[in-house]
Amino acid sequence: MEEKSFEQALEELKEIVQILERGERPLDEALSLFEKGVSLVAFCTKRLDEVERKVEALLRGEDGQLRTCPFEELNHSS
Amino acid sequence: MNRLEGSGPVFVYTVSDLTREIRDILESNFPSIWVEGEISNCHLHSSGHLYFTLKDDRAQIRAVMFRSQVQYLSFVPEDGMHVLCLGRLGVYEARGEYQLYLDFMEPRGVGALLLAFEQLKARLAREGLFDQERKRRIPFLPRVVGIVTSPTGAVIRDMLQILGRRFPNLQVLVRPVKVQGEGAAEEISQAIEDLNQWPGVDVIVVARGGGSLEDLWAFNEEKVARAIAASKVPVVSAVGHEVDYTIADFVADLRAPTPSAAAELIVPLKADLERAILDLRTRLLHAMEKNLKDRRAHISNFMGRLQDPRRRVRQERLLLDELLSSLQRAIKAELKLKRSLLEQRAAVLETLSPLKILGRGYSIVRRHPQREIIREASSLSKGDLLDITFHRGTALCTVESASE
Repeated sequence: MEEKSFEQALEELKEIVQILERGERPLDEALSLFEKGVSLVAFCTKRLDEVERKVEALLRGEDGQLRTCPFEELNHSS
Repeated sequence: MNRLEGSGPVFVYTVSDLTREIRDILESNFPSIWVEGEISNCHLHSSGHLYFTLKDDRAQIRAVMFRSQVQYLSFVPEDGMHVLCLGRLGVYEARGEYQLYLDFMEPRGVGALLLAFEQLKARLAREGLFDQERKRRIPFLPRVVGIVTSPTGAVIRDMLQILGRRFPNLQVLVRPVKVQGEGAAEEISQAIEDLNQWPGVDVIVVARGGGSLEDLWAFNEEKVARAIAASKVPVVSAVGHEVDYTIADFVADLRAPTPSAAAELIVPLKADLERAILDLRTRLLHAMEKNLKDRRAHISNFMGRLQDPRRRVRQERLLLDELLSSLQRAIKAELKLKRSLLEQRAAVLETLSPLKILGRGYSIVRRHPQREIIREASSLSKGDLLDITFHRGTALCTVESASE
């Protein structure tokens, strides 16, 4: 998952929009920028919604291994 | 003298004996004691031994700490400091002085903590641990937010609530620790290491609610400072209230004034991001549409200016036709002019023609066969042959007579 960050994608999208708004590029270049922009919009939108809310606790077990459990469970047990 | 002699034999100490006895009494009675007092005349000898006087408002006692113990001090003793010391009483026979030989010493009271704080802070600063260049950027949108704090209480509850409000589907990983008391510093530093090992953790918040300097002490310990400095993941410190500064705050990549503020700082509002993306998407579509529209307008403009070659041929042909007909007109006019001139000349010629004169009844007389024109009758003799040319036809005649 070492892909580009949300912030990088958003920045790149802003740049593309600005270039297209200036309207100086040849049509084929404008078209490929537009396609890139569309995929960046998709990437950012996906990045915002892809994960479920999850609140977990990170614990170290008896064996010294790290494991997680739902945070709520932790509070009930303690 | 008399008194002495009169009272029988007396025991007389030598100075050494007396001193040794005093030493025995003192050293056996005070082999290990705690003493509290204020440092004065403090002097660190070049040998590494520390000499000073411990005093209160009514008395004072000399004290020494040898180099082997001095190296374990957690602070640098200075005049005016209030300290608690552990040591024994000893007598320095050569000078007849008794003094404290100290094994341990620590600053007393809140002043002591402040002192340790300042001293550790100065040391870590010298080491460069607080340098601005060391600070890592806090990610714009962390995949997983790691939190090191107590699993119970208002701090974690408030933080989770704020995080959930700002970004409803955020992933949070809490590493529960003791935030004060014995072992807290160890737990906190271990927790920072643990979160570094967990995949996806993009930021770590070290948090604790407000409290006294002693309560917050774990966050002033070197161990915690070292763990924060060693963390590969950016660390945000959020300890106590806005006015509380801990060593952790100085080492951390970002200091949040409170735990709640940290939650606000590290996660953007999801609604803002959604609006920003939507806005950019609309602008993207409009910009592309405009690009296409402009291009189309440009093309039709260009097409308009581009000439159809057939049209050009047609135009040339028209021009050619025009030139041709004007040429014809010119020739015709010229011809007409020439013709009228010719006719004029012909008319003149005609008036001059002898034939025309003959038409009026004159005749031409020539000698036959010489054809010499006869202008005078005297040149003629009887019998000469003459050719006479009339308006129409000729006649051969003989002269019968001639007269003047």
